[in-house]
Amino acid sequence: MNIVVCVKHVPDAQSDRTFTEDNTTDREGVDGLLSELDEYAVEAALQIVDGDEGSEVTVLTVGPGQAADAVKKALQMGAHKAVHVSDEAIAGSDAPATSLVLAEAIKKIGNPDLVLMGLASTDGTMSVVPAMVAERLGLPQVTQVSTIEVNDGSVSGRRDGDVASETIEASLPAVVSVTDQTNEPRYPSFKGIMAAKKKPVETWSLSDIGVDAGQVGLEASWTKVLSFAARPPREQGEIVTDEGDGGTKLAEFLSAQKFV
Amino acid sequence: MAEVLVLVDHEGGQVKKNTAELLTLARQFGTPSAIFVGSEVEAARPRLAQFGADKVYVVDHSDLSDYLVAPLAEALAAVVEQAKPAAVLLPASPDNNEAAARLAVKTGSGLITNAGAVEGSEGDVTTTQSVFAGSYTVKSQVTTGTPIVTVKPNTVPPKAAQAGATVVPVDFTVSDAAKGAKVTERKPKEKSGRPELTEAAIVVSGGRGTGGDFSPVEGFADTLGAAVGASRAAVDAGWYPHSSQVGQTGKQVSPQLYVACGISGAIQHRAGMQTSKTIIAINKDDEAPIFELVDFGVVGDLFTVLPQADEAVKKGRS
Repeated sequence: MNIVVCVKHVPDAQSDRTFTEDNTTDREGVDGLLSELDEYAVEAALQIVDGDEGSEVTVLTVGPGQAADAVKKALQMGAHKAVHVSDEAIAGSDAPATSLVLAEAIKKIGNPDLVLMGLASTDGTMSVVPAMVAERLGLPQVTQVSTIEVNDGSVSGRRDGDVASETIEASLPAVVSVTDQTNEPRYPSFKGIMAAKKKPVETWSLSDIGVDAGQVGLEASWTKVLSFAARPPREQGEIVTDEGDGGTKLAEFLSAQKFV
Repeated sequence: MAEVLVLVDHEGGQVKKNTAELLTLARQFGTPSAIFVGSEVEAARPRLAQFGADKVYVVDHSDLSDYLVAPLAEALAAVVEQAKPAAVLLPASPDNNEAAARLAVKTGSGLITNAGAVEGSEGDVTTTQSVFAGSYTVKSQVTTGTPIVTVKPNTVPPKAAQAGATVVPVDFTVSDAAKGAKVTERKPKEKSGRPELTEAAIVVSGGRGTGGDFSPVEGFADTLGAAVGASRAAVDAGWYPHSSQVGQTGKQVSPQLYVACGISGAIQHRAGMQTSKTIIAINKDDEAPIFELVDFGVVGDLFTVLPQADEAVKKGRS
C-alpha cells in the first residue's frame, strides 16, 4: 500500500504571529514546526503500514525553504520518504490554489491508495483542503474521522457530528482526514532520528508538477485579505480569592452584569 | 437584483435561527433565495417566507443523506448554475464547510469559512473572520467567481421581511463519482435539552479541575439556561463527549457569557472561546493563564464555588 500524507509547516502557535505588508502570514523569523494536527495523520499512516514491508509512506509538503522542517519530523517518526514542493510563485496561495499544488504533486508521486491529512492546519484552520484535494482528484473523501480502519481495499471511519455520529466507508483510493481523537502520535526515537537523515527528500518546483505559476500565489488566489487588526488585549477584570464567599461574589457579578 | 443563495439549516422542516440570520444578511447583496435539502419543504416555507426568501430551491434526493458531502456539493453547484447568484451563504458546520470547499473548486469561486460578520452591497461581499486563535480579525473579499461564505451563528439579529417563498424544484441526479463515500451507519446524538453549544448565549465549561464530575458544571449551566462545554483535557479523559469540546480542534464559541470551571486556559482552549463577550473563570491555581482573559475570576475550588453561586442565583430569583 502506498500512502501520501500531506503535512504543513506552520508558525508556532505559542509565538507571536503577524502579517506581512501584502496581508499574508509572516513566515520569516517565526518559529515554525510540523502542524500538530498533521502528526495524527502521520501516525495513522504508520499504523496502517506497520509491519508490511511492501508499503510506503510518503510525506508531502508545500511551502518555502524552511517547510522542509515539517517533513523532517514526519521522517523521524517513521515515514519513508518526502516530497517538498517549493516555488516562490506559490507564496500567498489560498486554499483552492494550495489544493491544486497538492493534487498535482500527488499525481506525480503516483496515484497512492490513500491520501491522509490532519483535520486542519493550526494556522488557517479552515478544514477545507482535504475536500478540495478530493474534488480535484475525483476521489471519495472520508474526512474528519476519529477512527480509521483499512481492510480489503476499503477505508472506513467514524465522523462525529452535532446531530449524529456516522460511519463513513469508501473504496480505495480515497482522501482521509483524521481528528486529534484518532490516535496518540509517537515521539521520534533516537534510531528514528538517525535514520531520517538518510531518507530521501525530493524538492520539486511548480514546473516539475506541471502547474503554471499564474494559477497559484497571491495574485491568482480567489480571495483577498483587505486588512487585519490585532484584537485589543482584554483588560484583566476583578479576581477574588474564595474565602467562603467566592460563589456569592460570582452571583453578585452576574447580577450586576444583568446575566441573572 | 441578483439572487443570493442561502442554504437552509433545518431538522425535519423546522428551520433554525442561523438560517433566519443568513436570510437577513443576504438582503444586503441581493434578493435572498433559500436552498432546501429534504422532503419537508412545506413545513419550512412559512418561516423562510417570513425572513424574506423570494424563492425556495428544493433538492429532494435520498442520495444526499446516504453519502458524505460530495452529493451536497453537486446539488449546490446545480442551483448555482441555475440561479447565477451574487453570492452563496451557508451556515458554518463541518459538512457545509466541506461542501462549500468542493463547490468552490467546481465553480472556480473563492471561499471564506467561519465568517463572523458579512457586510457590503451588491457585487461587494466583505467578511470578517477571527484568526490565529482569536488574536487577529481579518477582513477579506472573494475576488474570483461567486463569493461562497460559510457564516457562524449569531452574526446578526434576524429581521423579518415577508416574501413569497415560491417553491422551485431542482432537477438533479447525483453522479456516481459523488457516491464514493457512503454513510453505512448513523447514530443520532442524545439530546441534552440544553441549548446548542455554538448558538448558546451562555456557555459553562468544565476542564481537568472537575476530576470527571461535571455535575456542578451541569447544574450551574441549567440554572443559567446555558450550554455545557468541555476542555480538551476533559474530553481526552473521556469525561465529556468530543462534540462538546471548546477549542482549536473543537467548537469555536462566542457567547455573551463564558464560564470556565477548572480550566487552565491553554492556547488551544483560548482559541475556541476568547471572543466571548464576558468571561468568568473559577480555578484553584491563581496562576492559571485563563485569569489573563477574565472579566471576573474566582481563585477557588469549583466544587464549593459553583454550588454556592448556583444557590445565590436561585435565591436572587425567588
